[in-house]
Amino acid sequence: MPTAARVQRAVCLAGALALAATACGGGRGATGGSAVVSASWGDPQNPLEPANTNEVQGGKVLEMLLRGLKRYNPRTGAAENVLAEKIVTTDARHYTVRLRPGWTFSNGEPVTAKSFVDAWNYGALLTNKQKNAPFFQYIDGFEKVHPDKGAPTAKTLSGLSVKDDRTFTVTLNQKFSTWPDTLGYAAFMPLPQSFFRDHAGWLAQPVGNGPYRVDSYDKGTVLRMRKWTRYPGSDPARNGGIDLRVYTDTDTAYTDLQAGNLDVVDDIPASQLKNVRTDLGKRYINQPAGIIQTLAFPMYDPRWGRPGMEKVRRGLSMAIDREQITREIFQHTRTPATDWTSPVLGEKGGHKPGLCGEACVFAPAKARQLIKEGGGIPGGRLTIAYNADTGSHKDWVDAVCNSINNTLGNDRACVGNPVGTFADFRNKISARQMTGPFRSGWQMDYPLIQNFLQPLYYTNASSNDGKFSDPGFDALVNQANAAPDTRQAVALFQDAERILARKMPSIPLWYQNGSGGYTERVRNVTLNPFSVPVYNEITVG
Amino acid sequence: MGRYVIRRLLQMIPVFIGSTFLIFLMVYALGDPVAAMFGERAPDPATAAQIRHDLYLDQPLWKQYPHYMGQIFQGNFGIAFNGRPVTELMAAAFPVTLRLTLIAVVIEMVVGIALGVFSGLRRGRSIDTTVLVLTLIVVSVPTFVSGYLLQFVFGVKLEWAAPTVAFETPLNEMLLPGLVLALVSLAYVTRLTRTSIAENARADYIRTAVAKGLPRRRVITRHLLRNSLIPVVTFIGTDIGALMGGAIVTERIFNIHGVGFQLYQGILRQNSPTVVGFVTILVLVFLIANLLVDLLYAVLDPRIRYA
Amino acid sequence: MPEPHVPKEAIGHGDGGTAALAIGEAESLERAHAAGPPPPGGAPTGRPRSLWSDAWHDLRRNPVFVLSALVIVFLVVIALWPQLIATGNPYRADLAKAQQGAAPGHPFGYDLQGRDVYTRVVYGARASITVGTCATAGAALLGSLLGGLAGFFGGWWDALLSRLADIFFGIPVLLGGLVFLSVVTSTTVWPVVGFIVLLGWPQVARIARGSVVTAKQNDYVQAARALGAGNGRMLLRHIAPNAVAPVIVVATIALGTYIALEATLSYLGAGLKPPTVSWGIDISAASTHIRNAPHMLLWPAGALSLTVLAFIMLGDAVRDALDPKLR
Repeated sequence: MPTAARVQRAVCLAGALALAATACGGGRGATGGSAVVSASWGDPQNPLEPANTNEVQGGKVLEMLLRGLKRYNPRTGAAENVLAEKIVTTDARHYTVRLRPGWTFSNGEPVTAKSFVDAWNYGALLTNKQKNAPFFQYIDGFEKVHPDKGAPTAKTLSGLSVKDDRTFTVTLNQKFSTWPDTLGYAAFMPLPQSFFRDHAGWLAQPVGNGPYRVDSYDKGTVLRMRKWTRYPGSDPARNGGIDLRVYTDTDTAYTDLQAGNLDVVDDIPASQLKNVRTDLGKRYINQPAGIIQTLAFPMYDPRWGRPGMEKVRRGLSMAIDREQITREIFQHTRTPATDWTSPVLGEKGGHKPGLCGEACVFAPAKARQLIKEGGGIPGGRLTIAYNADTGSHKDWVDAVCNSINNTLGNDRACVGNPVGTFADFRNKISARQMTGPFRSGWQMDYPLIQNFLQPLYYTNASSNDGKFSDPGFDALVNQANAAPDTRQAVALFQDAERILARKMPSIPLWYQNGSGGYTERVRNVTLNPFSVPVYNEITVG
Repeated sequence: MGRYVIRRLLQMIPVFIGSTFLIFLMVYALGDPVAAMFGERAPDPATAAQIRHDLYLDQPLWKQYPHYMGQIFQGNFGIAFNGRPVTELMAAAFPVTLRLTLIAVVIEMVVGIALGVFSGLRRGRSIDTTVLVLTLIVVSVPTFVSGYLLQFVFGVKLEWAAPTVAFETPLNEMLLPGLVLALVSLAYVTRLTRTSIAENARADYIRTAVAKGLPRRRVITRHLLRNSLIPVVTFIGTDIGALMGGAIVTERIFNIHGVGFQLYQGILRQNSPTVVGFVTILVLVFLIANLLVDLLYAVLDPRIRYA
Repeated sequence: MPEPHVPKEAIGHGDGGTAALAIGEAESLERAHAAGPPPPGGAPTGRPRSLWSDAWHDLRRNPVFVLSALVIVFLVVIALWPQLIATGNPYRADLAKAQQGAAPGHPFGYDLQGRDVYTRVVYGARASITVGTCATAGAALLGSLLGGLAGFFGGWWDALLSRLADIFFGIPVLLGGLVFLSVVTSTTVWPVVGFIVLLGWPQVARIARGSVVTAKQNDYVQAARALGAGNGRMLLRHIAPNAVAPVIVVATIALGTYIALEATLSYLGAGLKPPTVSWGIDISAASTHIRNAPHMLLWPAGALSLTVLAFIMLGDAVRDALDPKLR
């Protein structure tokens, strides 16, 4: 019986190689440009509105469904014009956007300046409850459509104005020289009029202008994307379509991949990292993604934030053997971090290995000395908080604690502190209830060094969970944003980053890779810097 | 009898109110769910406030609960956080889980009672020891491991079974998950049957039946088994609800989008409409299962009567 | 042809000495009808022993009981003084040895963090056995008490207690665990024990209630009632011994599942908190690495099996000793 099954699969494989349309693998035997690829998916947490999609599962769909002014190159991460013909400014505050002609949505409606302006106005308006609304905060008039308290006093952003079908202007409320490079983010995608006319209908079967259109959507189980044959862009689908199949668990998806029931997975479960090379061989993908993991300190807690404690924080950083943990726990799917950005930025984009200096290098003796000089661990015991419900955080938190304990020669110096749910974890962080360092992961919104620094460490910034505040850092970030060109901006951001190296408000742990795998049926599977598969480039056979 | 059933059905009303309130309170006690909707990013306060307002979360508990119950009586079980109505989730999840549970219960009954009868009649023999060892394995190896191993061996290596269940949940693909789900309960059913059988095998009426010269088969099925089943039936009755709500691990391993999975998501995202809605239905299932068990007592043991 | 089996089993059962059993059986033929006049001889003292002391008399002579009791004593001893048989440090981690197999001085190999599995199995006994036995005892006592009352009195008692059990049944373990244990900040095992008792008693109660409902129908119980026996005496002397078997069975298996449940709770961040060592924590940590390091699972799971085995055997022996029909 098992032999027979194996023989049958071998025959199927041969048939597939011969480019014959066979009935193997449950009718998915077609090859070439019309064949459909199945890929793992998780239930998106929000309705599929672009300005409401803030997690990777919804992001996968939008990457196939919509194209905006810019797109991040799947390999380099560079922001490249797609619908934008040009975006010009003279003062880094007033921008004029000119669209390329010939783009339509898959329902035939042309993509015009209005498609963008309406979509952005929708995303910014408070009563639409779009979770990405803050992405529009740099546009003039944001505080009217999205006040901190009370009802909005305007329905549209005063900084947006349509000039003609292919032109609109944007006025920002501050200088922001790299603003155009943020426009590849999902929140800035255009929307057809049907989105506003028949909202429920659009959500049931979204319509966009990307290389794929939605064929059918069985909520909670499968979303069938099919190639849109009249797609005008330069990156059309090289397969017939993608079936995004909802999996309850990454382990399950991986098992299905092994059994040949699923073509592409984009997350290898921690439990299989040790086997994946033998299971998949060259069909295992492990490449850098724009994600950095850190341990943030509650700087609002005087026991951690008081002057002099930077010695203890730096000492703890030096007590962590990053090399060993990334090797033994993560099987090289993480890379030890030596700055606060990500390798996907590239050196030109601001990633500077070693910027952290000796503070990010494992040195037990020096670590002991620094911690002692700084007055020791507050309260004698270090707890590292993490949420227990997602990710396999326990394994690495325990490993980090063991590394610190071994350095200090005290088995009880550091323990993990699991918090039951992510919601509870976030609430404790928001309520400033953390009493020790806590897990902090940052996935970039767009590949700019600004995105790794400003939201996280600028005084009172939206994701500054540790409430770090340093006037010098803030001043350098302001200068960088106003800098006339990218090179100078990057240099200023790196100067700001050096302040982090001295103050150590968060310990950089490692850069996270995107990991994935695929079956022999498909080829050309890669991940983009956001660790999302580049679906349109996948070929079959 | 009829009055007894009606009384039991009426008792469902206070249980319904009590359990919905308890669950509502518990989800409430978990804290504010809105922050988690924004991922690792700190929520925008204005948007978060707007979401709280729309979900009625900005009200005190004593207003939230009546508001929720009022909606339920209009057939509105609320909205899950991904924008789908809870009734839609329930309509999709309950039939799947019900099927899975029925398969598990059938396996428990057939395999569990059979093994229990054999080991109970042959105490101390090799079959009894084998069953004991299997019991120990099932109890001490987590479902996650046994489920994963069965899936890997039968689904990936041998290719005897589909490793995951298709969305249409065909019956043949549900057998393996049904077995995994039944494993732990199987241990209980087997041991309970074994004990009852061993105990009753010495009862006077069995000696009488044997002395009368009745065929062994008939003695075992009509006299011995029937009188040994009450603890087993009780256990299975309590187990139905537990299987339906507690299949979280099994459903995850085999990619079944059932009650356990939805409940798990609902709890982790602290979405009270999802959790309260699902648990309410589960409690009703309990009540009905227990009622049926109580009625079965009278069938199995005619001396038991209900007024 | 099919005949001889059942009666033969009835006599030849068990692992105990035949002589002791034969006496026991003769003795208990009367005791089975305990409502009747006191047995005229049987017991050597001449005075009839109570059912419970009778049981103890039998148990001491049952090798299964003695063996399982010895195992349990051993487990309790290492739970109290793990350093007696393990000289290592359960927290000492050498990540370079992560998931490696057995080595000299480390017979069980290393876990994911590079800690010695043998030492951790020994040190894990304390928390696991405390949780397992205390939670089982709590759930069994509370469950049989409430279930027994419900079954014995019926009517309103039954309705109230059974519906209360139904409500507790409805609480999902995950939700209950998250709520209960996020409120409690204590790092001892007791909140976990309390929580498991809270979730576990309804099942025992249902089983106990069912058994009591059946036992209540027996002739000797009816006879005792007719003779004017009080409720307490009836429950303890006549019903409990006949209804206890299913409760013991459920409790002995539950012991194992409760230890495993502790693992689930810990895994969810709602159970025992580090630096506590327990079999459950190690089993759940090992679960995900079953393909490449099965030894990480094997040893703590084996220890759990041994414990459950000892309690199942013990439960069997106790049940046999309490069962008048087996005498």
